[in-house]
Amino acid sequence: MSKLIIDGVNRIFPGVRGAAPTEALKPTSLEVQDNDFITILGPSGCGKSTLLRIVAGLDRPTAGRVLLDGEPVLAPGPERGMVFQSYTLFPWLTVQQNICFGLREKGVSPSRQREIAAHYVGRVGLTGFEHHYPKMLSGGMQQRTAIARALANDPKILLLDEPFGALDNQTRSLMQELLLGIWEQDRKTVLFVTHDIEEAIFMANRVVVMTARPGRIKCDLAIDLPHPRHYTIKTSPEFSAYKARLTEEIRVESLKVT
Amino acid sequence: MFKPLQPVSGAAKVILGIAFFVLFVGAWSIATFGGHVPPTFLADPATMVREAINLFVEFDFAYDIAITVWRVVGGFVLAAIVALPLGILMGTYKAVEAFLEPFVSFARYLPASAFIPLLILWAGIGETQKLLVIFIGSVFQIILMVAVTVGSVRRDLVEAAYTLGARDGGIIRRVLIPASAPDIAEILRLVLGWAWTYVIVAELIGSSSGIGHMIVDSQALLNTGQIIFGIIVIGCIGLVSDFLFKAANRRLFPWSLA
Ligand SMILES: Nc1ncnc2c1ncn2[C@@H]1O[C@H](COP(=O)(O)OP(=O)(O)OP(=O)(O)O)[C@@H](O)[C@H]1O
Ligand SMILES: [Mg+2]
Repeated sequence: MSKLIIDGVNRIFPGVRGAAPTEALKPTSLEVQDNDFITILGPSGCGKSTLLRIVAGLDRPTAGRVLLDGEPVLAPGPERGMVFQSYTLFPWLTVQQNICFGLREKGVSPSRQREIAAHYVGRVGLTGFEHHYPKMLSGGMQQRTAIARALANDPKILLLDEPFGALDNQTRSLMQELLLGIWEQDRKTVLFVTHDIEEAIFMANRVVVMTARPGRIKCDLAIDLPHPRHYTIKTSPEFSAYKARLTEEIRVESLKVT
Repeated sequence: MFKPLQPVSGAAKVILGIAFFVLFVGAWSIATFGGHVPPTFLADPATMVREAINLFVEFDFAYDIAITVWRVVGGFVLAAIVALPLGILMGTYKAVEAFLEPFVSFARYLPASAFIPLLILWAGIGETQKLLVIFIGSVFQIILMVAVTVGSVRRDLVEAAYTLGARDGGIIRRVLIPASAPDIAEILRLVLGWAWTYVIVAELIGSSSGIGHMIVDSQALLNTGQIIFGIIVIGCIGLVSDFLFKAANRRLFPWSLA
């Protein structure tokens, strides 16, 4: 059985003060298998964030349902970790305390919390910054902490909404390698939203393309590139072929928006 | 130095701050020693200093100061104890807000000093009445401002906490309260300043001790030196309490500055 089932989910935002309602998401269905790394690619405003927020339980679908391991998703919970596009570290907590947030909520003992935090601090390369406050970190470091914070909870699925969107190109590609490296070791199920085509191909074993608003899935492409992937793969002919194909798919949709 | 929003150096800041007081005392001296203002209306600085020493030596003014400080702090602490939980609940739960907000907004505009005659009827002219004036003057202000602060905590931080497994109690304790703590401290500092104006009014009417009482007594004797000294003492205590509050905030909330 599929790990995550998105079944006929749509979302219509009611119009404010007599305005017409906005259909952000057409009925959408998607099945995610265990250990999948799926990237969702689509033009701006097509409902990617809306879909991810519904899976996280932060928003309710107008119709349809979401099942995780057969259980319906009704509210947010720690088994679905989320990394947001905006920086959402708690500014009053240090890196270490941020990573321990969910563990403390679960009632894990303080010494065990510190062990787990130290492990993930190491994996995202922030050793030496445990006691820094978010204000003292660069954007890339903040997002690495946010990833560590979500992973420390050991969620069944990791949801990422354009986590590297605000970073410069160099940092962004380092972060992609870092996240992919973590996935290659843990094989955690991941749903990753982006509008960057290279990023989508590089990370994923499946790329899902959405249409312009109101969004629906128009194309579901398996990426057969070997693991572990090195950044040099971005210049390989196979990679270029995927890129050409997806560029065309996205171009058609972006033209509809403008 | 005169570029918009350009910071000035620490030394320049101190010198400029002191310069104002020097100018002020200078203008005061010219007006009084120069004979431009009759001494019955405004005592000169030298007379004021003499009267000040007289106050401490003969009239035990230190006791008056202590009594006034006690009243302000007592009434203010009582108000804070009642107002903080109510304000936090009001900011958190929209139903509580809908229930309390209209009344609190109304009560906020009731001038505390107008209650003094009523409070004298109810509570006599003892300490209870003085504390109640401060209490009434402060409690509604704190409730309302704290509610607004708590209600405007960043939504994405609350959502992040939910996806990390926090429940409603955890959201209040571990997100809403710490996120608004620096602003709440700032609110308390502000309201404490207002409490000082209420205490003096309370002491002007029906009191036998305190700085306000001394000022009324001095007025009967046309002793403007003592009146001015009383006002300056209030200003100095305000300055000190402000400084202490700011220093405490810097120590308690290092994350909000940096
Ligand atoms: N709370 C809301 N109320 C009303 N309309 C909304 C709300 N949230 C989103 N929308 C609308 O739904 C549509 C999809 O929004 P969404 O944020 O999911 O897009 P997106 O694909 O994530 O875009 P981007 O790539 O720019 O982040 C947008 O047109 C937006 O205006
Ligand atoms: Mg989005």
